[in-house]
Amino acid sequence: MDLFLQQTFSGLAFGGIYACVALAVVMIYQATDHLNFAQGEMAMFSTYIAFTLLHHGVPYWWAFLLAMAISFVGGVLIERIVVRPVEGTGVLNEVIVFIGLLVIFNSMAGWIWDYTIKPFPSPFPKHVPFGITFISPHDFGVIGVTLVVLLAVFLFFRFTPVGLAMRAAAQDPASARLVGIRVGWMLALGWGLAAAIGAVAGMMIAPIVFLEPNMMGGILLYAFAGALLGGIGNPVGAVVGSLIVGVLENLVGTYVPFVGSQLKLSVALVLIVTVLVFRPNGLFGQVVVKRV
Amino acid sequence: MALLEVSRLEAFYGQTQVLRGLSFKLEEGSVTTILGANGAGKTTTLRAICGMVRTHGELTFDGRAIGGKATETIVRHGIAHVPEGRGTFMRLSAEQNLRLGAYARRDKAAVEEDLERVYGYFPRLKERSGQQAGTLSGGEQQMLAVGRALMMRPRLMLLDEPSFGLAPLLTEELFRILGAISRERQVSMLVVEQNASLALSIADHAYLLETGRIVMSGSAEEIGKDESVRKAYLGY
Repeated sequence: MDLFLQQTFSGLAFGGIYACVALAVVMIYQATDHLNFAQGEMAMFSTYIAFTLLHHGVPYWWAFLLAMAISFVGGVLIERIVVRPVEGTGVLNEVIVFIGLLVIFNSMAGWIWDYTIKPFPSPFPKHVPFGITFISPHDFGVIGVTLVVLLAVFLFFRFTPVGLAMRAAAQDPASARLVGIRVGWMLALGWGLAAAIGAVAGMMIAPIVFLEPNMMGGILLYAFAGALLGGIGNPVGAVVGSLIVGVLENLVGTYVPFVGSQLKLSVALVLIVTVLVFRPNGLFGQVVVKRV
Repeated sequence: MALLEVSRLEAFYGQTQVLRGLSFKLEEGSVTTILGANGAGKTTTLRAICGMVRTHGELTFDGRAIGGKATETIVRHGIAHVPEGRGTFMRLSAEQNLRLGAYARRDKAAVEEDLERVYGYFPRLKERSGQQAGTLSGGEQQMLAVGRALMMRPRLMLLDEPSFGLAPLLTEELFRILGAISRERQVSMLVVEQNASLALSIADHAYLLETGRIVMSGSAEEIGKDESVRKAYLGY
């Protein structure tokens, strides 16, 4: 029973991290209809920025917030400078730019910080409060941080005028312009937010998987699986889907003998294919019906 | 001085020229209607004014040159466009749709007032305020589009087929409301409408458009009496 609880909660911690990445992916997907393949590498790069800040003696939570802020600005700039010129020129062009970004960030990280694996600190206390034993202190902290981030994002989109304008711009750019929303900036803002949320995911996962340029590859795959499972057009669904993926992946890895930790990543791939074949809109995705 | 001055306006979709040198003026607080067959360029005229198509020629709104500017900049000067097809934000609630109309405004108290006023004009929208806009009927979505435009507190409203999808009684009600808004709040309107007699009934001026050119203009009364217009557009 203890093992089951342990694996479930550890799965929730991973799921929370996948949920952050999935949310970042869904935000950009809703506005552009494309998956940002570079989301993981951007998060990895943000984590290196935090690493450098920590290295220079910045206290952890300041480094955390600064890394988020820098990622936000970076995300906005990427949209303005790199993505915008190819916007609306066709799927292939945009996907190639995303893949290009992926390669660029990966190589740049390797070039600046080299490819050796680096430890990244966990900011959480060494003991879980209330004498709970079935969850590690880091997992406990991760669940807390990701919950705060997800809640903040939800409140932002639900209750602020800018959040509403961003949703409007993503749904119907032409109508959004007609009420004076600067759609281009809303897209850039979306990229900034996605980059900042991704940064959180990177900083939370790094203490577990260690910091190296390829650390987000698997995470992004799980996030895609989570987003697809919940419904790629539905942020809440993507979050729930990611949590399910996190738990499922952990339990399957523990209890199904031939899967173990080696085949865990295939669980995500099997899930992606299964969802696409049987329920392409995901568990919570609505089939969009249009009046004609 | 005219509120909107259009001179030698040309508009293009790709290589195809749709408007071939329109010139006209709209006075503050007046209602103008554009009549014409399908494909004459009525919708394009409205789209050209708020920068949704490529144009040549001069567009002056309230003394400002707006030709070639971005749509979101033009509408912030006080032009509200009720587009063909309504442009509903399908997955937002009816009230969120309305509030987005006031997105560029900073006068919060007045926005709440206007929201109540819109609900006063269209009580149906108040009943449906929390409902996802995509699930509203066509007529309700049309009211929503007009309501959203009113939330901008515009000085000029561009209305593209406001009666589209409305039952005849509702259409008359809508035009009565539009007429009242224009008189009470001095809002100018440029109306493109299939139901020509209805449009003429609230209009002060009318233009007749044929293949991208104005072929006739005058007071709504004169145009409504013209025999060729009557035969072609009023059906009697």
